[in-house]
Amino acid sequence: MKPFTTVTGLVAPMDRSNVDTDMIIPKQFLKSIKRSGFGPNLFDEVRYLDEGQPGMDNSKRPLNPDFELNKPRYAGAQVLLARKNFGCGSSREHAPWALEDYGFRAIIAPSFADIFYNNCFKNGLLPIVLADDIVDRLFDAVASTEGYKLTIDLENQKVVTPEGDAFDFEVNAFRKHCLINGLDDIGLTLQDADAIRAYETRREQETPWVFGHIR
Amino acid sequence: MAGKTLYDKLWDAHKVSEREDGTALIYIDRHLLHEVTSPQAFEGLRLAGRKPWRLDTNLATPDHNVSTDLAERQAGVAGIRDEISRIQVTTLDDNCTAFGVREFSMNDINQGIVHVVGPEQGATLPGMTIVCGDSHTSTHGAMGSLAFGIGTSEVEHVLATQCLIQRKMKNMRIRVEGDLAPGITAKDVVLYIIGQIGTAGGTGYAIEFAGSALQSLSMEGRMTVCNMAIEAGARAGMVAVDETTIEYFKGRPFAPKGEMWDRAADYWRTLVSDEDATFDKEVVLQAADIEPQVSWGTSPEMVAGVSGKVPNPSNVADEDSRKGVVRALEYMGLQADQPIESIRLDRVFIGSCTNSRIEDLRAAAAVVKGHSVASSVKQAMVVPGSGLVKQQAEAEGLDAIFRAAGFQWREPGCSMCLAMNADKLGQGEHCASTSNRNFEGRQGFGGRTHLVSPAMAAAAAIKGHFVDIRTWQEGAA
Repeated sequence: MKPFTTVTGLVAPMDRSNVDTDMIIPKQFLKSIKRSGFGPNLFDEVRYLDEGQPGMDNSKRPLNPDFELNKPRYAGAQVLLARKNFGCGSSREHAPWALEDYGFRAIIAPSFADIFYNNCFKNGLLPIVLADDIVDRLFDAVASTEGYKLTIDLENQKVVTPEGDAFDFEVNAFRKHCLINGLDDIGLTLQDADAIRAYETRREQETPWVFGHIR
Repeated sequence: MAGKTLYDKLWDAHKVSEREDGTALIYIDRHLLHEVTSPQAFEGLRLAGRKPWRLDTNLATPDHNVSTDLAERQAGVAGIRDEISRIQVTTLDDNCTAFGVREFSMNDINQGIVHVVGPEQGATLPGMTIVCGDSHTSTHGAMGSLAFGIGTSEVEHVLATQCLIQRKMKNMRIRVEGDLAPGITAKDVVLYIIGQIGTAGGTGYAIEFAGSALQSLSMEGRMTVCNMAIEAGARAGMVAVDETTIEYFKGRPFAPKGEMWDRAADYWRTLVSDEDATFDKEVVLQAADIEPQVSWGTSPEMVAGVSGKVPNPSNVADEDSRKGVVRALEYMGLQADQPIESIRLDRVFIGSCTNSRIEDLRAAAAVVKGHSVASSVKQAMVVPGSGLVKQQAEAEGLDAIFRAAGFQWREPGCSMCLAMNADKLGQGEHCASTSNRNFEGRQGFGGRTHLVSPAMAAAAAIKGHFVDIRTWQEGAA
């Protein structure tokens, strides 16, 4: 996983509430058995005018000119500015994989769906919750300022604007630690192997019917 | 000290260790796997040289992109026409063989939608922590367990450690009190709840569904309600254990037997919220207010009673919501103030992890019996949730009722709920669907989904438009 410390990146707007994971990456692309390569199909159904299928040459497909990410001014964006309940719907990790593969490193929204929020951290993608009024201000700033960039400082938990305003955000300490260091949390959990075994020994006495039945 | 909620009890019983930052290592009792969200997890284990922590907690079955066409299914995995789907199903088979994970493979009689198979086999039981790389894992909370969907990285984490790092959610209780009117089903209850609290209403919470209306539901009905907890934003939904729960599991293949059964049942009876438990949020709804529900928009909170109308954006005060309604009406091809009953259907889908159990099929068959699918409906299909549900339905003659009316009777799988196989909507087509999501493009590019109960879907297939199931006369033309 790519470590995340400080990112200064172009901001692209996604001005819709309740953006669901089917919209982020439609189901036909979930048939892949890989983790990479989903970027060209990010937001496929609103990004292109035709119906996308795996294996198509996406560079030859007709683009939806009204879709923000297709506008030249947002090319190379690393920060996605979104509305409430971003990432609702399915548990597909293909959603953060697609956002990360496209080039996004952080998403700012007033709220996120739980599973999506959690999945982001496993993939070097930082979801940031900011208050509604701040998000509104950022949408205005992005619309009125071509090339608008934000700096995301994870260490100090701040989003810094070009004008020098800084907005604090919350992030769980363990997730922050893993993200800054690009750590694989399986290795960290396995450091607790003795505690897991002790738990199993106790529970096998208390609820033996839970163990050993699927063979 | 205040009492504990059901969720508190399940959380405490599975806590391996706590960390200073408020997260905890939670032990996972049962892990269900399917072909879509597992290949990258097995690959991760392989790359890191790791083995599964233990094998006897995992159960796998392919469901999302298997064909529901009998001829294609009979040709076996090698006969799956879509090459990428074939690779994914083959990969699951290969991974289960290589790692030693128990699998009900595609043509096993026990195969089916993972959330139908788990309870049916007694593989998921009260009091367990249950996870799966699928958001509808919340279904299993119906039996008094802590069940939630996870992403692929967490699938790998559970395979490797049998644990997950979790932060405790907040407690919410939704009570539905009073008696449900005839014709009102679990699906109407949960759609009504989502309509009331919104698709983010449960975000950050574990929801306990309670109240006399909930307790009157069968296990199948409770599963329908908990299945859609995620559509209200909650990763986990649950219902306290009662005698209905315990009765359901008696004799299931993986359920405990003999003396062990008695011990288990005694433990399960403790899985209720204490009377003095406190909830961070409580919502009380009246069963008498619930009529058959139909979704008109592109989010599960966009629902109306069947006697109602499609909303008019000019009546929506909040600007953000108004924009959402305008966009939804445009996508759905509906007019403001159009009566719900005037919505005409092109296709009808009865199936999915929400509504494909035997009780659902019985309810739909009771409506269909003696009628025919309207000529304006291009396709009406019934997809049983598992091989065992299909077998039971056929033993009861339900398949004959559906076929006689012009319905297609299919092989088990997720099918048109998410259209990963060949079962999908064409652009602009309206579908009465017993599934769980009406997002744009969910059932096919440009497809228009209306979420309803099995009985409502069946009646819509017969009439070609929505009708109020409360006025339906069985067997009448």
